[in-house]
Amino acid sequence: MDSILEVLEKQIASQILKQPNRKIAVDEPLISSGLIDSFSLMDVALYVEDAFGVRIEDTELNAETFDTLAQLASLIESRK
Amino acid sequence: MEYKRTFPERLKLLHARTPDRVALTLQFPNTDDLSLTLDQLLRGASSYASALTRANIQPGEVVILILQHGEDLAYAFWGAILHGAIPSIMPFLTEKLSPERYRADLSALISVTQPAAIVTYSEFESEARSALREDDSVREVIVTTQVEKKNELDFDSLSGFQRNPEDIVILQHSSGTTGLQKGVALSHRAIFNQLDAYGKALKLTDSDVVVSWLPLYHDMGLIAGFIMPILSGIHLVLQSPFDWVRAPYKLMQAVTKHRGTLSWLPNFAYNFCAQKIRDRHLEGVDLSSWRAIINCSEPVRWESHNAFYEKFKDYGLKREALQTSYAMAENVFAVTQSPLGGEPAVLKIERDAFMSERVAKLASDASDGEHPTMKMMSSGRPLENVEVKVLDENRNELPDRIIGEVALRSDCMLTGYYHREDATQQAFHDGWYLTGDYGFISAGEVFVSGRKKDMIIVGGKNVYPQDLEALTYEVTGVHAGRSVAFGMFDEEQGTEDVVIIAEVDSEDPAEQQKVADAIRLHVTKNSAIALRYVKVVDPKWILKTSSGKTARSANKEKFLKEIHA
Repeated sequence: MDSILEVLEKQIASQILKQPNRKIAVDEPLISSGLIDSFSLMDVALYVEDAFGVRIEDTELNAETFDTLAQLASLIESRK
Repeated sequence: MEYKRTFPERLKLLHARTPDRVALTLQFPNTDDLSLTLDQLLRGASSYASALTRANIQPGEVVILILQHGEDLAYAFWGAILHGAIPSIMPFLTEKLSPERYRADLSALISVTQPAAIVTYSEFESEARSALREDDSVREVIVTTQVEKKNELDFDSLSGFQRNPEDIVILQHSSGTTGLQKGVALSHRAIFNQLDAYGKALKLTDSDVVVSWLPLYHDMGLIAGFIMPILSGIHLVLQSPFDWVRAPYKLMQAVTKHRGTLSWLPNFAYNFCAQKIRDRHLEGVDLSSWRAIINCSEPVRWESHNAFYEKFKDYGLKREALQTSYAMAENVFAVTQSPLGGEPAVLKIERDAFMSERVAKLASDASDGEHPTMKMMSSGRPLENVEVKVLDENRNELPDRIIGEVALRSDCMLTGYYHREDATQQAFHDGWYLTGDYGFISAGEVFVSGRKKDMIIVGGKNVYPQDLEALTYEVTGVHAGRSVAFGMFDEEQGTEDVVIIAEVDSEDPAEQQKVADAIRLHVTKNSAIALRYVKVVDPKWILKTSSGKTARSANKEKFLKEIHA
């Protein structure tokens, strides 16, 4: 089974960036860099809720809560 | 004394009638709603008018407001009005945009608009000042904390009452380097003419409640979601666009709590709400008071209305509440409105004739199998003070259901693009304003089908492709003239995706990926527009016209063929 990181990378590359083969480094800034905009951020949150069964509140949808794959994965781990 | 129809006179009249009526409720993510009576709103505004007087700002001078959602923005805007100055709201710098670009945009705005003052927060003062030059027009940067809250209201001392109906009352800019240099100047008279006609089309009464999250630097938010309710004596419930995008369900909760009756949304928001609101956030929601949710500022889609209705019908939403309008800042706001009480007209037309012959051929039920069809939703009928016609390339009027450029004439048009006589001249032909939008008329209903200009509309925001292309040329590896930007309709999102294609010399995939990332980063940081597709291609991919210009539509077709191949 794919790790959380791999699942997130695949989802973001194919669904949001529309570049299925794109590699995303675990420490690459996603929100502060503008790769993921506010509309797509909501998609990430909904996907995380469905795929991992953890909640991300709307007040948490910002670069302070998570900006990289590593930060998002550890947020998910901590809430599982 | 003769009564002049100006903003200050209207506010004074409303204040005399119902000073203690709640005029504005501001909503915030983590604190309670803040409700202001008209008296409180005008007292707060009066403090700003005094601050402008002390700063020696004259009536008729432009004041740029760089403020976020909140009390200060409302007070500063209406304070400028009471003082007789011309307010113009500039978007606030967000984390998405690079400060350098913001500064450059602000400088460009200042050089054309020649404002006398900027109003902003003390935290933002140095940022605002960094856009100033020694010889420019700005004499004062007024920070909100310096504005002494006097809590007095003495109409006789306010210089705004000297203004006349034909004077310019507000300036409105669209976004981007190009948009910021074309400020739409509107007079008191034009705005009141719009409010009279639009109020009738909406059957406005003082028991209406407008609920809005739209930004005030955009015509839909500024007119429908701010000026109209305040000047009509209607309760306005206002949220911040930045909060709404993280919590779209708060719109439904606000309608429930305040018994909202009217809202305006760009098309994408119907899809966004339908797809992204969780049922757990809709507990106790009751949308039965909502009598019109008006779709405007990007092409209106029946499919989007349908998805929205299916999602919220169990929460009291009425099908006939879903309405449409065609609007633009140059006409103050609305050009058309679908008749309230029924559903907007929908035509089933033949897709091929629409695409290739530029004709809206009605599909009969019998012909369904032979020709693929598509649904077009009407944007409604012209307001009673607006005439609409459709013109061919030689500017001759076209008959019903033939697609051409939409032109309009009304008594609520802009005074002009501020300090841009050239652009104003170009926009009119024979007294008619040429909208740059393609559409057709069928039985008095206006259908908007696309744009003559290559403008991209993403999430209700107008984006000029030339601005995005110019940004790509700043990326190392991309040469001037060798990129193309266009919009591509995204069925699921209900709006356009932005596509950028750039040629690079290197044919190495790793190198191309690096350039693609750099373009994404640079363009987003400098335009606050997220790019959906960034494609880096080998030399000679991009199609040029015989005169060497980039043909955006031809490149779009080529791109569509490739991704569907």
